[in-house]
Parts: sequence; structure tokens; C-alpha cells
Amino acid sequence: MAAPKMREPIESGCPDGFQYMHPVMRRNYGQWLYHEDPRPGVLLHVARSGEKIWTVRAGTQRILDVFTLRKLMDIGDQFAEGYVRFTIRSNIEFMVADGAKVEPLVKALEDAGFPVGGTRNSVTSMAHTQGWLHCDIPGTDASGVVKAMMDELIGEFKSWNMPNRVHMTTSCCQINCGGQGDIAINIQHVKPPKINHALVGNICERPSVVARCPVAAIRPAMVDGKPSLEVDEKKCICCGACYPPCPPMQINDHQYTQLAIWIGGNHSNARGKPTFQRLVAAGIPNNPPRWPEATAIVKKILQCYKEGARDWERMNEWVERIGWPRFFEVTGLPFTKYHIDNWRGARNNLNSSTHIRF
Amino acid sequence: MATKHYPTPMLDVLEEGEWPSFISGFKALRDNHPSERIRNTINSLLGQLEHSYETRMGYWKGGTISVFGYGGGIIPRFSEIGHMFPDSKEFHTLRVQPPAGNYYTTDMLRQLADSWEKWGSGLQTFHGQTGNIMFIGADSKNYQPFFDEINEYGWDLGGAGPCVRTGMSCVGSARCEMSNCNEQAIHRHLLNTFTDDVHRPALPYKFKFKVSGCPNDCQNSIERSDFAVIGTWRDDIKIDQAEVKNAIMKKAAEIGKEGDRSAGRHYMFDNVISRCPTGAMKLNEDDTLVIDNSNCVRCMHCLNVMPKALHVGDDKGVTILMGGKRTLKIGDLMGTVVVPFMKLETADDYERLVEMAQNVIDFWAENGLEHERCGEMIERIGLVNFLEGVGIDPDPNMIKQPRNISYVRMDGWDEAAQAWFNRKRAEKSAA
Ligand code: HEM
Ligand code: SF4
Ligand code: SF4
Ligand code: SF4
Ligand code: SF4
Repeated sequence: MAAPKMREPIESGCPDGFQYMHPVMRRNYGQWLYHEDPRPGVLLHVARSGEKIWTVRAGTQRILDVFTLRKLMDIGDQFAEGYVRFTIRSNIEFMVADGAKVEPLVKALEDAGFPVGGTRNSVTSMAHTQGWLHCDIPGTDASGVVKAMMDELIGEFKSWNMPNRVHMTTSCCQINCGGQGDIAINIQHVKPPKINHALVGNICERPSVVARCPVAAIRPAMVDGKPSLEVDEKKCICCGACYPPCPPMQINDHQYTQLAIWIGGNHSNARGKPTFQRLVAAGIPNNPPRWPEATAIVKKILQCYKEGARDWERMNEWVERIGWPRFFEVTGLPFTKYHIDNWRGARNNLNSSTHIRF
Repeated sequence: MATKHYPTPMLDVLEEGEWPSFISGFKALRDNHPSERIRNTINSLLGQLEHSYETRMGYWKGGTISVFGYGGGIIPRFSEIGHMFPDSKEFHTLRVQPPAGNYYTTDMLRQLADSWEKWGSGLQTFHGQTGNIMFIGADSKNYQPFFDEINEYGWDLGGAGPCVRTGMSCVGSARCEMSNCNEQAIHRHLLNTFTDDVHRPALPYKFKFKVSGCPNDCQNSIERSDFAVIGTWRDDIKIDQAEVKNAIMKKAAEIGKEGDRSAGRHYMFDNVISRCPTGAMKLNEDDTLVIDNSNCVRCMHCLNVMPKALHVGDDKGVTILMGGKRTLKIGDLMGTVVVPFMKLETADDYERLVEMAQNVIDFWAENGLEHERCGEMIERIGLVNFLEGVGIDPDPNMIKQPRNISYVRMDGWDEAAQAWFNRKRAEKSAA
């Protein structure tokens, strides 16, 4: 039987962006002079030519159904000029050349349930990963965590109350897709994988699983006469890296999956160099559908930052100025042996000075 | 006849609150979509998701599928509990490459939505963390026709697996006065050189390009890409002294001290002058601003605070950092400087950029271990071996400080020092 004739793909790769840009942006490409922030969620950019473009930014649920997408497009046609873009945090932006359209557009978005904000020194919406909706290794959901937290932070999304911008992220496994953020809420496993030895030999390419482990805790072994893998449970750091290449090494467990909170990741070069986030809290229950314990800690950290930081200080700069002991003091979070780094280069994270605040 | 809805008591809670609810969106599809296939699929998906919420476990497993002619670009998902929720038991995601900067017309998004609801679940995301449009939920017979349909009008798959991944670029020159480069051109030159490596995974692991127009790095390229291209400039920051004066008075007004020049100056000292990381700024008595440009590290802070008064220079180009990545396997790594400055104006400049990327990917493909990111390879073999492998000379901008350990063989010192002097001489005579 002849195979059905398949269509050859057109390998067009990344499409040309100019065809989708607002004409004012196309005309003034590379010729922008300055911007202003007329109100939260609205930007005004002025080009050297004198032309202007207003941007209205709104939060979305990120996982869009076609109805919601069309609702946004209707707003884009009716109240804007048919040109949109998305930020890396899945906010939608509408660009208009006519400033008179801004207020009606803001109102149309708000009326349809899309909060307008997320610019300048606000808490913008959270970058997130797949979670239970779609990933094969998640320890928690992502969209649900974000929805629950943004419900509580929506006021901060819509205003400019923070010392500087706050970027948050979540990640539903410990090793992968989530990003660096001023605050990151990530899953953390606390027990080594449970191995289904009957399946390992058939499913897993054992040498590559062994190679995947960051701490060399896995070794090949014969279990019940079958080739399998064995984990040195004392060494294992419960990272879950062995699970994607070998699903019989089940890391997810409804009891032993907790959330951890990290702060101070900052990708900008403004003032200081970019920084990675640092562990501040763990052992937080993975508690769907609203994860209230995690949200409470996030809100506490935000409140302390808001009260304590100076204008323009990002989360990491604030802590650097006041010092980690004071951070734990003002937030009331416990400092434990788990905060002390023991990975490669760990001593760089210790205090080799007498710089101590009393 | 309406099918029975799976109960979703936990998910229902996520319809409360003011933030847009993805669950409400799912339910709208389940209840009101004209296609029975979509209604049933989403009903089933809600059932499985509710089950995950109740048991705190995920139930998807992967596999291998791709469209005809490609080896990647689709994330296969098969349900482990398909017997309980059969109408969503195959729920694959197609990763589709957006344009640099994520621009769309409403017409184009409508067209994509029309195609997607014909074949898929009606759920999509703009965008995944790697930057793809994610069309979530096509079954095994429908992903190919969906791809065929959108491929005909200009959309192509992104990367998945050990391959060059979809790139990301900031809004940049299209709308941002801070930009120093043509993100659109850089992004497409790089990505579309490697279409084959995007579609047919054959590298040690993933490789990501990201482009930011200035050191604000809105695209997170230093921390999240193997090859980060960041716009910068070499000449002086442009100062509009009249606007500096305006900014001082405007700040005074903003902090409730309308007309109080000294309050405005105070704000400037506290928030701009003293926050410059290299102490390169001075505010004179007459409110004129002076910048020691030879000490400015292009951090962007002062430009961010005074976007009307200060502007990036004219001698623009890019800095390139390599080796950034997230945790797995050896821990998070930032990219480090490999090219301190390079002009990107002429076709030759772009060719040089693309060639460099090719050299880097070739060297890594050859020398990287299985599942080893480029930055991890650099860490293992040392930056110097990497530089020699890709033919780039050492430069003091690549380091924070010189080595502090004497455990090093230095029998090639004289030649290395001579090479440095030769390079310096050549640079001088070229200038
Ligand atoms: C095994 C299953 C995995 C699934 C289902 C998965 C899924 C995803 C998805 C859907 C995205 C967003 C993609 C997009 O925008 O198109 C993503 C991004 C990402 N993944 Fe994974 N991933 C997996 C494994 C991994 C692994 C093993 C790593 C790690 C080392 C990893 C690291 C990342 C990172 C760092 C990003 C985002 C980075 C960026 O900013 O570009 N993922 N992943
Ligand atoms: S963070 Fe981990 S669990 Fe979540 S989507 Fe990425 S790979 Fe999957
Ligand atoms: S969970 Fe991580 S540390 Fe433990 S065996 Fe697996 S890969 Fe190794
Ligand atoms: S990285 Fe710079 S050029 Fe790009 S959007 Fe951000 S501020 Fe603008
Ligand atoms: S850009 Fe940064 S380093 Fe340069 S003068 Fe301004 S604040 Fe100082």
C-alpha cells in the first residue's frame, strides 16, 4: 500500500515582524526619542519625527481560549487600531496613534475584566510555566498559582506603589522552565524518587539517566534479577532531574512536594549587575486550589520591600543595603541551615569580612 | 444531547477573584463552543485537571511525534488516565515561532484562532517561557493538518528537544528609545540561519538566542540564553541640559514640593547621581549635568530615570554574552562577555555575527557532552579553550578580575603578551 502523500513543510522559520507592527512604529523604527507614563498601564512614546504612540497594557490569564482571544481582538478593533503585542509576562498591549482613544480603551478592557497596569513600579503579572495542565513532570500547577496570587495582588498591578518594578515567576518543577524573578515561587521536592523497578529496564536508557543526576547519586543495579537503577538516598537532593528521562523514577508525591520562595533575581544591568534569586522560604504547603500560605508569604515580603526600599531599589538591591539578617528580621521568616549554600562555589556566598550590622 | 460535565469543585474556586480566570475561559468553551469535539475535549480536560488538583499529581506523559519532514516542534502529551477522561487523552502542544517582539494584527490572530478551533482544543498561550506561541491540545490526527494550514500562511514550528530553540527579542527599536540595535534583523538573521537546527534536533542540548536592545535586558537574555545579543553604544550619552533642568523641577513637583529647586536637586542626588555604579555623574551648581563617559558602564539607570533628558549615543552596536541557562544540570549560569562590542550596520557585520554563531554551535556540537548546555561546556573546559575553539581573542572586558590562583602553567606567556601588543598595534593602525 502506498503511503499517503504528505505535504512538504515550508521552512519559513521566524516570520517578518514589520508586517504586524503599527504603521507609526514601522515608520519610526529606531527613531524614538523618549517616553512618558501618563498613568499606570499606559505608555506614551514620542519619536524624533514628533509622531506619538500610546500603549495600553492589560493582564490576561495567559492560557487563552478562542473566545477570550476574540474578545481581546474585538476590543483591539473597536477601541484600538488593530495592532497588538504580548509582553514576556503574557500581558497584552494595544498600540494607538490617537491619544483620545486611550481612556475608552482602558475602560473597555477593564469592563471586560482585563486589568490595565503592569508598567513602571508595579507588580506586573507573573511569568509562569505549564503545570498540571500540560507538563509531564510538574509537582504543582502554574496557572492556578498565578491566578490565586494575582487575585490578591491585582491592586499592585494597577498602581505604582512599589519602589521599583517587581517581576515574579513560578515554576512547577525545581530545575526547568521558570525564570529568575524578584520573587520566584518554585516547587521543591523533599523525598528521593520512588523507583518502579519493574519498568526501568524497559523504558529508561540507563546510562543517560545516570549522567543526568547533578550529584551522581544514581547507579545501575540489578533488582529482583532485572536491570534497574538505584539511588543513594543520602546523596540525592530530590531535584527530579532523573524523572523526565526515566518516568519510573517517580519524584512527584502529593505529600512530599512543597513550595519554596526565592527573591532577588534581577535581569537588568541598571545600577548593579544582573543577579540570581536566593532562597528565603521553604516548606510551604503545595495547597491547591489557592495556595494561601505561599500567597501570604509573598504579600509579607512585598509589604516589607514597599516599606523598606528606597525609590529605584529592586528587591535584591534593598536586601543588599539592609543585609540578610535584617531581611529575615523584618519579614519574620526563619533563617535555617538550608539557607547556607553548599553547592560549587558556595564559599563565595559566605561572609568573609567583619561587615556585620548590629 | 449535552454530555455530562465532570464536577470541578476545586477549579470552580479559581473563578472567584478579579484576575482573569483561565478556568472561566475553559468552561466557556465547554459550555458554548459550537463544536461538539471542543466541548467534549475541554470537559474532559477540566475533569483531568480537577483530578490533578485533588490528588496533587500530574498525569501527562510524553512520547515522540512531529510533523512530516521535521523532528521536533511538538510536545506530545498522552494522558495516563485516558480511561477516565477519554476525550482529552491525546493533547499535544504545537510550538509556533512568533515574530521578534511578538507583534500581531488582530486580523492575523483571528485567522490563527479560526484555524486552531478547526483542528485543536481552542486553547493557546502567548507565549511560552521560551517564546513560542503554544497551541495547546491537538490530538494525534489533527496536529498535522493544523500545521499544514497555518504553515501555508506564514507560520512555522519552533524548537523542542536538543536543538536551536525559538528566539526572543524585546520590543526594542519598534517602540523603545533605549534601543541600540535592530532586534528584528538580528533575531531573524540568527534564527533563520539555523532553521534546520530548529526543526531537526541533533545538538547536545537546547540552544537559545535572545536579543535585548539595551542593557536593561528586558528579554532576560543574560540569565536565560546561550547566546545573548544586547545593544549598547560607545560614544557619549547625549545630554539635553534644558531637559535636565526640567526634570529637576518636575521631580520637585512629583514629591509635593512644586517650585522647590533644591528639593528637586536633592532627589537627583539621591536617585541619580549617587546611584551611578561608577560615580560617573556630577550635577553642577547651575543644574548642568556632567558625565564622565569613559567611566560610564552603560548601566542605563540615569537614562531610565530621565528618559527625556538623556539619550543613548550614536555609535551603536552590540555586546554578546554566552552561556546563560537555568538550573539543570550544574546550577544556574549567567552568560559572560565574549564580544565586548561589535558594530551591526552593514551586511558584512551581520554575516560576521551569523558566522560567529555558527562557529559556536559547531564547536559545542563537537565538544559538548550529551545534555550539556553551552555554558556548562565552557565551565568544564574553561573560557580560554572555548575562545580558542571559536577563534576569539581574550579581552579584559571578559573578566570581573584576573585569576587569584597560582596553579597555572605559563610557559606560553611571552607569545601571548606579544600577541596582545600586535593586536593593539593593529587596532590602532586600523582606527
Ligand atoms: C520534560 C519535560 C519538559 C517540558 C514539558 C517542558 C516544557 C516547557 C515549555 C512548554 C516551555 C515554554 C516553551 C515555549 O515558550 O515554547 C519550557 C521552557 C523552558 N524549559 Fe522546559 N520543559 C521540559 C523540560 C525541561 C528541562 C529538562 C529543562 C532543563 C534544563 C527545561 C528548561 C526550560 C527552560 C530554561 C525554559 C525557558 C527558558 C527561556 O526563558 O527561554 N525544560 N519548557
Ligand atoms: S517548570 Fe518543570 S514541571 Fe513546570 S512546565 Fe517546566 S518542565 Fe514542566
Ligand atoms: S532526584 Fe535528582 S539528585 Fe535525586 S537521584 Fe534523581 S537526579 Fe539525582
Ligand atoms: S531591553 Fe532596552 S531597548 Fe529593549 S525594550 Fe527594554 S529598555 Fe527597550
Ligand atoms: S548609564 Fe549608568 S553608569 Fe552610565 S552614567 Fe548613567 S548611571 Fe552611570
